[in-house]
Amino acid sequence: MKVRVLILPKKGLLDPEGRAVKEMLLENGYGVQDVKVGKVVDLEVEDGTNIKELVEKFLVNPLIEEYIIE
Amino acid sequence: MKFAICVFPGSNCDYDVYYVIKDILGQSAEFVHYTQKNLEGYDCVVLPGGFSFGDYLRAGALASKTPLAYAVQDFAQKGGLVLGICNGFQILTELHLLPGALLKNENLRFICKDVYLRVENSQIPFTRKIEKGEVLNIPIAHGEGRYYVPEDLLKQMEDRNQIVLRYCEKDGSITPSSNPNGSIDNIAGVCNKEGNVFGLMPHPERASEDILGSHDGLLFWHSLIS
Repeated sequence: MKVRVLILPKKGLLDPEGRAVKEMLLENGYGVQDVKVGKVVDLEVEDGTNIKELVEKFLVNPLIEEYIIE
Repeated sequence: MKFAICVFPGSNCDYDVYYVIKDILGQSAEFVHYTQKNLEGYDCVVLPGGFSFGDYLRAGALASKTPLAYAVQDFAQKGGLVLGICNGFQILTELHLLPGALLKNENLRFICKDVYLRVENSQIPFTRKIEKGEVLNIPIAHGEGRYYVPEDLLKQMEDRNQIVLRYCEKDGSITPSSNPNGSIDNIAGVCNKEGNVFGLMPHPERASEDILGSHDGLLFWHSLIS
């Protein structure tokens, strides 16, 4: 089973990477309202693996990050 | 006192800590490999600075899932003294032995410089030889040191006296300009509720001899062994 986990900084938290990218895009003439920079983890796991547990326990820090499982 | 110094792949302040404990303080120190599962017989466990596992995923995240990290958790839960410096602090938050998290510096730069720190809690074993309100001069060296906790948790931590160090000016005043990395409330070091686990971003081991410009870091070590 192939799983993609998208990890993003939690809403409301200062994301300096996102802010830096946004400023760069604005300076280059794009009307950007918001940018967030996160990471992608691609997994290949056995069928039946508890993905939610794996992600919440080992991949994500819920205090500062949000995630989407695809 | 018998110290254990945790060594993860990428730890790089382990020998500095060893030197201070062994050569300056004359105490016993041993390196403990990250695959080890047992910390029995030690009085204090130090998680030194560095870039454990290359800071992959998040700083401290992978180190916090090793056999040694679980042993540290066990050691702390039994009341053992645990000190986390820089990357060690990051590992302790990822292990949930300390509240909060350490995020990328607000200016996105790696910052290496001397800072002033105000001691806010002098009642834990790591600070009992320091006066409350005393200002220390100790270097920082990190890219991910912006301490964060949600407001409600911060309030609880303040009520329980868990804020141990704040970045400050030379005269001890807490100002935005003395905050190097954007940490909430200028926080540089915190302890757990019980006071036996302490994490800080500055490096006391790099300020433990006059030849290094400051010996203020020695106060933490002297507190520990007194």
